[in-house]
Amino acid sequence: MVLEQLIAITEKEKKARKEICIRCCMAAGCMSSRGAEIKESIEKAVSEKGLQNRIEVRRVGCMGSCGQGPMVGIEPAGLLYQHVTPENAASIVEGLSGGSAEAELGDPKHPFFSRQKLIVCANSGRIDPERIEDSIEAGGYLTLQHVVSELQPSQVIDAVLKSGLRGRGGAGYPTGLKWGTVAKSPGTRKFVVCNGDEGDPGAFMDRSVLESDPHRVLEGMAIAGYAVGADQAFIYVRAEYPLAVSRLQTAIRQAKHHGLLGNGIFESTFNFNVELRIGAGAFVCGEETALMASIEGRRGQPHPRPPFPAESGLWGFPTLINNVETYANIVPIVKKGPDWFASLGTEKSKGTKVFSLTGKVRNNGLIEVPIGITIREIVEDLGGGAPDGAKVKAVQTGGPSGGCIPVEHFDTPVDYESLVGLGSIMGSGGMVVMDEHTNMVDVARFYMQFCMEESCGKCIPCRAGTVQMYELLTKIVERRGTRNDLEQLEELCDLVKHTSLCGLGQTAPNPVLSTLRYFRNEYLELLNKEVQESGSSGVQEQKT
Amino acid sequence: MAKTLTINGQHVSAEDDQTLLEAALDAGIKIPTLCRLEGLSEVGACRLCLVEIAGSAKLQPACVTKVVEGMEVQTDTERLRKYRLMILELLFAERNHICAVCVANGHCELQTLAQQHGMSHVRFSYLYPQADVDASHDRFVIDHNRCILCTRCVRVCDEIEGAHTWDVMGRGTNSRVITDLNEPWGDSQTCTSCGKCVQVCPTGALFEKGKSVAEMAKRREFLPYLTLMRQQPR
Amino acid sequence: MKVIKPPLPSEDKRWKIVDAKMRRLGYAGHALIETLHTVQESFGYLDKEALSFIARALRVPPSRVYGVATFYNFFSLKPQGVHTCVVCLGTACYVKGASQVLAAIELYSGIKSGETTSDKQLSLLTARCIGACAIGPAVVYDGIVAGHRTPDNAVEKLEGVIGDGA
Repeated sequence: MVLEQLIAITEKEKKARKEICIRCCMAAGCMSSRGAEIKESIEKAVSEKGLQNRIEVRRVGCMGSCGQGPMVGIEPAGLLYQHVTPENAASIVEGLSGGSAEAELGDPKHPFFSRQKLIVCANSGRIDPERIEDSIEAGGYLTLQHVVSELQPSQVIDAVLKSGLRGRGGAGYPTGLKWGTVAKSPGTRKFVVCNGDEGDPGAFMDRSVLESDPHRVLEGMAIAGYAVGADQAFIYVRAEYPLAVSRLQTAIRQAKHHGLLGNGIFESTFNFNVELRIGAGAFVCGEETALMASIEGRRGQPHPRPPFPAESGLWGFPTLINNVETYANIVPIVKKGPDWFASLGTEKSKGTKVFSLTGKVRNNGLIEVPIGITIREIVEDLGGGAPDGAKVKAVQTGGPSGGCIPVEHFDTPVDYESLVGLGSIMGSGGMVVMDEHTNMVDVARFYMQFCMEESCGKCIPCRAGTVQMYELLTKIVERRGTRNDLEQLEELCDLVKHTSLCGLGQTAPNPVLSTLRYFRNEYLELLNKEVQESGSSGVQEQKT
Repeated sequence: MAKTLTINGQHVSAEDDQTLLEAALDAGIKIPTLCRLEGLSEVGACRLCLVEIAGSAKLQPACVTKVVEGMEVQTDTERLRKYRLMILELLFAERNHICAVCVANGHCELQTLAQQHGMSHVRFSYLYPQADVDASHDRFVIDHNRCILCTRCVRVCDEIEGAHTWDVMGRGTNSRVITDLNEPWGDSQTCTSCGKCVQVCPTGALFEKGKSVAEMAKRREFLPYLTLMRQQPR
Repeated sequence: MKVIKPPLPSEDKRWKIVDAKMRRLGYAGHALIETLHTVQESFGYLDKEALSFIARALRVPPSRVYGVATFYNFFSLKPQGVHTCVVCLGTACYVKGASQVLAAIELYSGIKSGETTSDKQLSLLTARCIGACAIGPAVVYDGIVAGHRTPDNAVEKLEGVIGDGA
C-alpha cells in the first residue's frame, strides 16, 4: 500500500456514495433488539421502490443513545429514528419518498447529542465497521502513512506527551511518559498490548469503540508500535463481547490484506503484526500484569510492580500497555496536533472521555464529553435525570474500584483528580446512576461480592479480606449487624486497601468507603438495635 | 557497589542487587514472611513482609523490593504490626486450623507467627470450609484444612524438582493446590515422590504418613544446598 | 530435539480444528488459553481427555492446564445443557432489577445459577457484565441478547427458547 492507493480508495468510495444514506445501528445494543432484521426490512423497501440508485443502506456502529434503540439515522437530512421495529422500518423509506414515516422520530438537537464532543467516537454510527474502505474514506490510515514516512519515533512520542493525554483505562498515567519509557527500555524485542478487557460491570465504552470503529484502534496501536519500536502487538478482548471480537478479526484481516498491518508498512522498514487474544472471564485480567500472564497462557494473577511492564513485560520484554480508548485518541492527536487536543479538557486532564451512562437515568447510552464537564450536566442535561419522576441520589463511577458520588457533589467537574478527591475514580468510564429507591449498602455489598468472586486468590488480604467484608455487609443488609461489625468492616477496608498486591484488592474497599462516607446513615439505620451493645458479632474462642 | 540505608534507624550496608528483606536479614533484623523461602522465587503474596519506606505512600513488600541508596525503612511500626496480626487472623478464619490436633503443632510457621504477634483470639468469623484430606500417596498426605496457599510446594516442585506436579486450581478463596489434573496425589504420573513439597510447607498441610500430632518437623537444609550446588560449574 | 506430537484423542473431526489452532500458534505454551477456547467452542466443555491431550501437545504440565481451565469463568469442565440462559448481573442491570429476573428464572427452571437441569435441556448462568447496560436488565438466550427484561417477559422468552429446540 502506498499513499496513492489510499487516496484512490477514498476517491472511489466518494464516487460510489449516493444521495441519501440510511444508517442502521448494528452495534450490540441495537442488534439485540432485532437491528439486523430492521436493516433487512429497510433494504427490501428500498429495492421494492426501486430507490437503490438514490439510497444507500449502511450498517454502522453505535450512535450513542442505546437506551432508545434500535436507532436509524438519515443523512443528509439529519433525521434520527428511535425504537424502530422491523415492522415500522419500511415506513422510514416511505418517509423519504413522499409518504410519511410511522417510526418514532428522535431529537438530534437534544443535549444528549449536542453537548457531546466527538473525537474517539467521531466515526461511530457513521462508517461501516466491517468495511475498511469506509474507514479509509473517513481518513483512516492516512495518519499512519504520515507517521512512518515523515516522522521520527521521538517526534510521535513528543506529540503524545505534549497533548497531555492520560491513560483512559482508569489510573490516568500520562500516555506520552509511558511511551517514552518503553522506547528507552533496552530490549531485543518490544511489544504493544491493547487492553480491551473491559471488566467493570456497567461499562461498555471499549466494546462500543471496537464494534463501531476498529480500524481507529488498530491504527493507533500501529503508531504506538512505530513510536516505541515494537513489531508485535496483542489486543486482548473479553469473550463476553463476541461482536467486538468478530469485527476486530475482520478489521485485522482487511488491514493485513491491504498491507496496512504486516511487514514493510507503506514501503518502509516498519513491521507491525497484531494478534487477537480472547479473555476467558476474569475481571482481574484488566490489571496489566495479570493481563500479560493471561496472554502468556497462564492464570491471570498479578505480580508485584516494579518491574513495570514498560521495562519487563511480556516474556520479560519491554511492553507498552494502553487501553482501547487511549489508542483511539492517538490518530486525532497526531493528525490535528497536540495543541488542539490540549485545548480541550481541564488543566491537568486533557481531551474528552467516553462514558457509558446507565442505571436509573432517562437517556441511557454512550456519551463522549469534554473532560471538565460537571456530573450534573451529564446526569441531568444529557441523561435527563431519573425516570418516573424519581430523584437521583448518586452516581457510581469507576465500577468495583470506584465509588458513589452523592448528588450534593454533582457540580464537581469530572476529571481524574476531582473524582479521586470525592473518594471515587474516573475509572474506565462506567457511570451508573442511582435513584432514591437504591439501597446504598446493598450496592456496596453487590460490589464486594463482585470483588470477592473475582479475587485471584494470590494475596491473603484480598482473598480472605473480601470474603470477611462481604459477610459483614450481608449481615448489615439483613439487619443482623452491630456497631462492632461496622467497626470491623472499616478496619478491614483499611487493611485490604493498603496491603493488597494489585489494584483490584487495593481498590476493592472503595465502594464501601465511599458509601460509608456519604451514606453512613443508611448503614446505621440497618444496624440491629437489639444486639447493638451486646457485641454478638463477637469474639470467637481461640482455636490455636 | 554497596549501598547504605537505614532500617529501623539502624545503618545498614547492602549489596547492589539485594532485596530489602535480604539486607535486613544480614543486619540481624527479622521481617515476618510466609510465602517466601530462601532458594525459591519470590511471589510477594503473603503481604506479611510489607514495610514502610520514607517518601513512599504505599507499603512495599520487602521480599521483592530492591535496596536503594539512602532508603529509610521501618519494619516494625504499630501500623505494620496491626496489619500483620489481621492478615494472620484472616488465615486462621479462612480454613480449619486446629493446632491442638495438628501434626505440625510446635513446628508450624503460621502458629509461630501468631504467637509472636500476640494473637489471643480471632475476631473474624470462621468460614469452616469443606476441605479434603488426600492420603492416596504412599508416603505423604495433603490436608487442605491447613493449607494457606503460599504456593511454596508449587514453586519447589517446578523450580527445584522440575516436575511441576503441583499447581493451584480455581480462584479466590476457593483456590486449592492440586496435583496433575486434580487427581489423587497417589495416582500422579508426574510426581517423583521426592518429598520436597512436604519439607517446604510452612504448616501441617503437607506431611509424612505415620506422623502424629506435633511430630512433623520440617527439614529444609537441602534447599540452600541445592541452590548452591546448581550454581557451581561442573 | 525432535518433539513427538501426541496422537489426536479420536477420529472426531473436531480434534482437527483444535490441532489446527495449536499449529497456528506453533504448539507454544502460550497457546493454552486460545486452545482451551477452541475445545470449549467445538465440544461445549473441557473433559479430562481434552485437558490431558492439550497438556501433552503444548508441553505444559497437566496441573497448570487444570489451574488455567479452572481460573477462568468461561471454561466449563462439565457438559452444558442444550440451551443456555445467561442473566447479566452487571451494575446497570442490577440496579434495574436483574436479581428479580434471575430469581424468576430460577423459580421457573427449578435450578440455580451455574446448574443444568436434569433433562440436560437448560443451563442457567450469570454474567459479570455483557456490556448491554443501556438496555438492562439483559438476558442472553442461546447467545442472543434480549434487553429490557422483567421477571415475566424473561421467563416467557425462556419458555419460547426451550420450546423451539424441543
